[in-house]
This record gives sequence, C-alpha cells and structure tokens, in this order.
Amino acid sequence: MNEIEEKNNIITLGFWIYLMTDLVMFSVVFSTYAVLHNSTFGGPSSQDLFQLPFVLKETLILLTSSFTMGLAMLAVQSRKAKSAVAWLAVTGILGATFLTMEMSEFAGLIRDGASYTRSAFLSSYFALVGTHGLHIAVGLLWIVIMICIILRRGLSPSTSRKLTLLSLFCHFLDIVWIFIFTMVYLMGTMH
Amino acid sequence: MDKPHITLTSYVSGFILSVSLTFFAYWAATSPSFESKSALGIIIVLAFLQLVAQLVFFLHLGKESKPRLGLFIFGTAVIGISILVFGSLWIMNHLNYRMSPADMNSFIVKNEGISQ
Repeated sequence: MNEIEEKNNIITLGFWIYLMTDLVMFSVVFSTYAVLHNSTFGGPSSQDLFQLPFVLKETLILLTSSFTMGLAMLAVQSRKAKSAVAWLAVTGILGATFLTMEMSEFAGLIRDGASYTRSAFLSSYFALVGTHGLHIAVGLLWIVIMICIILRRGLSPSTSRKLTLLSLFCHFLDIVWIFIFTMVYLMGTMH
Repeated sequence: MDKPHITLTSYVSGFILSVSLTFFAYWAATSPSFESKSALGIIIVLAFLQLVAQLVFFLHLGKESKPRLGLFIFGTAVIGISILVFGSLWIMNHLNYRMSPADMNSFIVKNEGISQ
C-alpha cells in the first residue's frame, strides 16, 4: 500500500468515526421523540397530522438520490468526470426536491397551528425531522462545492477521496431517514 | 477503512431491495389485514433489514481489508445507541408509572391487585 492510499484510509476512517458519533446524536433525538410522542397536550396527535402517501414519495426520492450517488461514485471509479458531475447533479436535484417537500410539510403544519410550540410531541418531532433536514441541506451545499471542484480541477486523487466521504454522508442520511419513516410516520399513523 | 472496489450490481441490488422493503413496510402499516401488534413487529423487522441491506450494498461495510476498524467502530456505536435508546425508554416508562396522577394510581391499584 502506498503512502497516499494509507492517508486516504486514515481520513476515511476519521470521517466514519464522525458519522458514528452523529448517529449517537440522532439516537438521542430519536429517544426524545419516542418518550414524548404521546404528550400532545390536548393538541393534534401524529394520527391527525401525517399524510403517508406524501411521506412515501419523500422516502422514494431520498432512496433514489442515494442510488444516484452510488452511480456517481462508479463514474469516479472509472475516471469519467463528466458522468460523475451529471450523477452528482441528479443527486443534488433529488435532495433539493426532498428538502423542499419537507419544508412545505413543516410550513403546512405551522400554518395549521401545529408548530413546534404547540406540544412536547411537536417539539420533539420538529427537532428530529429538522435535524435530518439540516443535514440534508449541508449535504446539498457539499454536492454543489464538489461539482465546482470537479469542473475546475478534474478528478484528482484528493477530489475522489472527498467524493468518497460525500457518498458515505449521503448513504448515512438515507439510513437515518428509514428509521424516521418507520418510527415517526408509519408507527405514528397506525391504529 | 480502505475503499473497496465498488460495482454496479451492488448498488442496483441495494436499491431494488430498499425500494421493495419500503413498499412492503408501507403496505404492512396501512393494510387493515394485520393486527396493530403484528404490523408493528413487521415494520420494525423490515426497517432493520433495510438497515443491513444499505450498510452492505451502499456503505460496503465489512468489505474492507483486515483489521476491520470501520466495522468495529460501527459495532461500538450500535452498543452505545442500544443502551441509550432502550435505557431512556425503560426509565421514562418507569417514571410515568411511578409518578402518575391520581386516576392512574387507582388504575395501578386495580392492576396490581393492591387494596387500599
């Protein structure tokens, strides 16, 4: 193993450690939601608020963006800069669509008087889903930056290392969303 | 944690598996043919199956060369998270039970067969 490869491995491992601590943070917000999800304080409950078909669409969009991120990484592996940029752009558009849908859902809830100040349930809901949305926003910014870097410098070894970290980040957010989808939306609307 | 050689097959199978698991979970949660307890069990199992599918096919966990530090760190995080999540739920449920208002107290008295 040469020196660059060894350095890349150490950096990837460091980023993986960050992702795992981020996962611990998410699990704290998840626990908060699990403890408080019935504390509606006379306000609307999860069964009154959530629309499953809408959330299913969000989930499928995020899953597809995770897949297109994988396709971008395949393009990076075979040194095709143009198709890497194209797949990154598709991933970014899907991620932006997801974030827009989530923001419109939040806006709708707040408009209907179900904002984060209404009850402990809604505070924990906004904290959990909002934290995920914030991560997605950071991911989008990162995708835009990476597209600019590829367009300017091509696929250098350091660029492809950064792209590996970005792909880990995207797949990680997708995994967190599976649990939000299951725990908040599916369980919240079941009878 | 080194970068394994990634393949299209891995991503395609991960994607197909994830989408079908998502649809299955959605169907199990909305279909009236399940009782709520069994539907709950099904969707939890499906979520964990999808977790494994994405870890293997998207994040390529465990495909690195030895020593598998990435897998080790993941395992440590999972242990920490389990203690945190189940511990919180356990403690908070107990607190609800012990520090409950008057009408709950009468329920507990009846429930535990204690006569007042």
